Amino acid sequence: MQEHDLSYVRMEMVNAQNAPEREKGVTRWLRKNLFATPVDGLLTLIGLLIVAYALPNIVRWAFIDAAWIGPDRSVCSTQSQGGIQPDGWSGACWAFVNAKFSQFMYGRYPVFERWRVDLTAVMFIALLVPLLIPRIPYKALNAVMFFGVFPVVAYFLLVGGNFGLNRVQTSLWGGLLVTMVLSFVAISVSLPFGILLALGRRSRLPVIKMICVVFIETIRGVPLISVLFMASVMLPLFMPAGTTFDRFLRAVVGLSIFASAYMAEVVRGGLQAIPKGQYEGASSLGLGYWQSMGLIVLPQALKLVIPGIVNTFIGLFKDTSLVYIVGMFDLLAIVRQNFSDANWASPQTPKSGLIFAGLIFWAFCFAMSRYSIYMERRLDTGHRK
Amino acid sequence: MLRKQEGKWAMNKFMVGILGGAVMALGASTASAATLDDVKAKGFVQCGVHTGLAGFAAPDDAGEWTGFDVDMCRAVAAAVFGDADSVQYTPTNATERFTALQSGEIDLLARNTTWTLTRDTTLGLTFAGVNYYDGQGFMINQTALPDINSALQLSGAAICVQSGTTTELNLADYFAANNMEYNPVVFQGFEETNAAYEAGRCDAYTTDASGLYALRLTLANPDEHVVLPEIISKEPLGPAVRQGDEQWFNIVKWTLFAMVQAEELGITSENLEEMLSSESPEVRRVLGLEDESTIGQGLGLENDWVQAIVREVGNYGEVFDRNIGTGSPLAIARGLNALWTDGGLQYAPPLR
Amino acid sequence: MASQMSVRGEEPARVSWVNDPKTRGIVFQVVVAVALIGFIYWIIGNTAENLRRANIASGFGFLNGRSGFDLSQTLIPYSSNSTFMRAIIVGLLNTLLVAVTGIITATIVGFLIGIGRLSGNWLIARICTVYVEIFRNLPPLLVIFFWYVGVLSVLPGPRQSVELPLGGMINNRGLYLPRLLTEPGFWLVPAAFVLGIVLTIFFIRWGRRRQMATGQVFPGFRVGLGLILGLPILAFVVSGMPATLEYPEMAGFNIRGGQVVLPEFLSLYLALSLYTASFIAEIVRAGVLGVAKGQSEAAYSLGLSPRRTLRLVVVPQAMRIIIPPLTSQYLNLTKNSSLAIAVGYADLVAIGQTTMNQTGQAIEVVAIWIVVYLGLSLITSAFMNWYNAKMALVER
Repeated sequence: MQEHDLSYVRMEMVNAQNAPEREKGVTRWLRKNLFATPVDGLLTLIGLLIVAYALPNIVRWAFIDAAWIGPDRSVCSTQSQGGIQPDGWSGACWAFVNAKFSQFMYGRYPVFERWRVDLTAVMFIALLVPLLIPRIPYKALNAVMFFGVFPVVAYFLLVGGNFGLNRVQTSLWGGLLVTMVLSFVAISVSLPFGILLALGRRSRLPVIKMICVVFIETIRGVPLISVLFMASVMLPLFMPAGTTFDRFLRAVVGLSIFASAYMAEVVRGGLQAIPKGQYEGASSLGLGYWQSMGLIVLPQALKLVIPGIVNTFIGLFKDTSLVYIVGMFDLLAIVRQNFSDANWASPQTPKSGLIFAGLIFWAFCFAMSRYSIYMERRLDTGHRK
Repeated sequence: MLRKQEGKWAMNKFMVGILGGAVMALGASTASAATLDDVKAKGFVQCGVHTGLAGFAAPDDAGEWTGFDVDMCRAVAAAVFGDADSVQYTPTNATERFTALQSGEIDLLARNTTWTLTRDTTLGLTFAGVNYYDGQGFMINQTALPDINSALQLSGAAICVQSGTTTELNLADYFAANNMEYNPVVFQGFEETNAAYEAGRCDAYTTDASGLYALRLTLANPDEHVVLPEIISKEPLGPAVRQGDEQWFNIVKWTLFAMVQAEELGITSENLEEMLSSESPEVRRVLGLEDESTIGQGLGLENDWVQAIVREVGNYGEVFDRNIGTGSPLAIARGLNALWTDGGLQYAPPLR
Repeated sequence: MASQMSVRGEEPARVSWVNDPKTRGIVFQVVVAVALIGFIYWIIGNTAENLRRANIASGFGFLNGRSGFDLSQTLIPYSSNSTFMRAIIVGLLNTLLVAVTGIITATIVGFLIGIGRLSGNWLIARICTVYVEIFRNLPPLLVIFFWYVGVLSVLPGPRQSVELPLGGMINNRGLYLPRLLTEPGFWLVPAAFVLGIVLTIFFIRWGRRRQMATGQVFPGFRVGLGLILGLPILAFVVSGMPATLEYPEMAGFNIRGGQVVLPEFLSLYLALSLYTASFIAEIVRAGVLGVAKGQSEAAYSLGLSPRRTLRLVVVPQAMRIIIPPLTSQYLNLTKNSSLAIAVGYADLVAIGQTTMNQTGQAIEVVAIWIVVYLGLSLITSAFMNWYNAKMALVER
């Protein structure tokens, strides 16, 4: 049968023709991604205009024309404003950030004691990094060190008053130090409390359930500012006469209460997503309430809501900027406080300071959100194909 | 008290682990009714001051607080401990200053606070005297508004003011009384208000005249700004303490009087050593040099408390000149704050 | 008894009442309830004692007192002679104003950006991604400050105002727009507007019934637009144009006349809208991606045009995913409007704080805040739940 004369069938393949010009390379990419339809083309042009206008201006302001170093406001103001820059000049005043950098980091923490903050930061990073990288072993030990030992050591280091260290009043703390300490404490407190509240809200005991629902919904229904006010103005009223709370502690209490309520709702979402069979399976094994929750339900539920938990952390980190309202100087507040320094008052100072603060906040939040996406992928044990 | 609370919390190990440390540390200290005992026990006076008002209370480059109000705190510390450095400062803003005092967070509020009936009676605090007689004024940018030279020309202006102050209320009264309109631009914080004024958000800034002079120093171009001549209110500024502790109230009150009395008698930090051998019975009585002197007893202090104040801080006139008077960049004239012998209002009852 | 255990002996094994979960539950609850009540009692006792010592009167009587302070933006008549109560209502209205305008803008911008991120257009998708990643990771307070500082530093003083088209002006005291001054016969116009809405609803319902019966499509959108816009214009002309525009003009220090939008409001509104829009964009993206691809393919195979596919198939299903998280974003925006305090916008919290400071009534003011914000939350959730139920899958 193979002997048929198939001469009209081509015996060897013709070389593939090149795709038409418009269907390959840059042209195709442009056509497909930027100019698919007339509307698309118009949008692209508008987008290009925006980028072409914004980008060079931003680069010029932030880098080329910026004042990087200088002793005082003169480097950041034009001649008519009493400075050295030509009239019409506009550039970032990084010299201001440079000069105030240590204040932005430590606040008014005494200069000679700042090694204590540095040491704490080094310990924090040294414990946090291995905890975040899944391949590194001894996770349990690491976690105990991070959440159990580190806070105690950090407390004695930062506050002092023992072991020959001078006591540093929390009213001297400021800048990134305050932002980090507030977030760390509030995050570590809110997770366990949030879990307890979520369990309480799903409890079969009506009294417990009601208490948790009322607490969670009240706190979630009001702005953080009012919770902070409550903590700062009303907490002293609630305590027996004469008891005073450190202002820092009051801010921590306010933030923790607020974050716990949000955490509780995130965890509840996870608890609801666990199939009933898991609860029943745990009971049939003879596990009690706490055992079945701790060993069966919570590990699965928490894993499901890791993105939500990290989002709450990010929200909390951002929200620490509100503590300035109760008189604490976190990073944003201390940057703003320095705007009124006569040595550095110039039209460019506030913008530069805010952008610097924004970059720091942004870097932390962006890193957290990327890490959450990474963990989400890693922990996805494939219930969805 | 703390132990007991911890016992309860022990029910939940997690909470104790995380909160316990923090509470113990930063946490609750108990201030009993007797502020003096409490202050002596902790070894320093906790003093509420402004967050940063040049001349009155501001941290210098080294982070040390200086200023007129700060010296009031230092004088009280000198009276109690004989050491003016036994003070810790709590910067407070206008809205939280009273709470800080009520709750016992601070022992003494020396933060250019106006003495009014309401504050003296219903806010749980008591004013111990007047360390600065002030009045509310207006400041404008003269380059932007060249033809304004009176507050009465400000009809229709946008005026920056800090909320929660007597200033805010006086402003409303003044404009209503003169049938003028204005656009209030109200901020909670001193820093925000300054920033808004500097950015040109308002035509005029109003606060106590002393505050205006202090603020002017911190502006980028102080020479462009002028304080208008009208003073629209009485603002007696003074230190305040919690209600219900007569002893502490007396200490603060008489510390202020002692400083005024020292100026009246010509006792300064420089001539104190000579004065110690003075023959004048009044000087000897005030400085506690008499045999069987009881000048500190009634207050629960040492008899040389006035010496300590003058040695460590100085008399009223010295403090005034150094911080806000002619010896300072603010260069405020004594005016109403001169001694009564010079036609001012500063008058101390006899220390005897 | 045990020896006589039969096949039917299935009665539960007797446990000591100490180990009975029911008893334990009740005991536990009673203990918690008693502890909580004791705790509250203790707090109330302390508070009463502290207030008494500090000589602070409690109660809401202070609300009827004269406030004594002026406010920058008041939607209802207010002066320093008004009561604290009225000041707080002014604050509530200002909160509502910024929340409602912010929600509307954030929704529009958020939907545009969210859909932009899904666009096939590479540049647009990138720009939208950059936008979302920048705003999502900044504290809202910082965004507000940035706008305030930015808005103030860019704009000129009142004497160098920038003229806008149609008689508007902008400077660092605000955005000034012409104001509509109405004359007696003007009530016809809003009345015609309401009538237009009512008629539109009626026509759309009628059109839907007709479509069900005959298959003819009723151009509801065009008719509705015509009615809602046309009727008021007609009424305006018929009643003899009983309104004039008042233009802002420079007088003395500032611009007089016209409608002013304060820079404090502007920066708060812009910051809240743009910040929340970045979250809404992500919600919208997730919602659209959440609709199975087969749905739009099926719609195409039925012969629906891409536009109708979007409107009739994709959007209704995406809305089901979008609405619950969208609700919480709306609530967040409302709560974040309390950051007004930072730029001196007279919202509920700012006025409450001033009141607290002038009167010392901290507990009462905080109570007002809690009640108002909880009320706003409940109303918003109720509305969104109603809408959600309307959009929900009707299973037969």
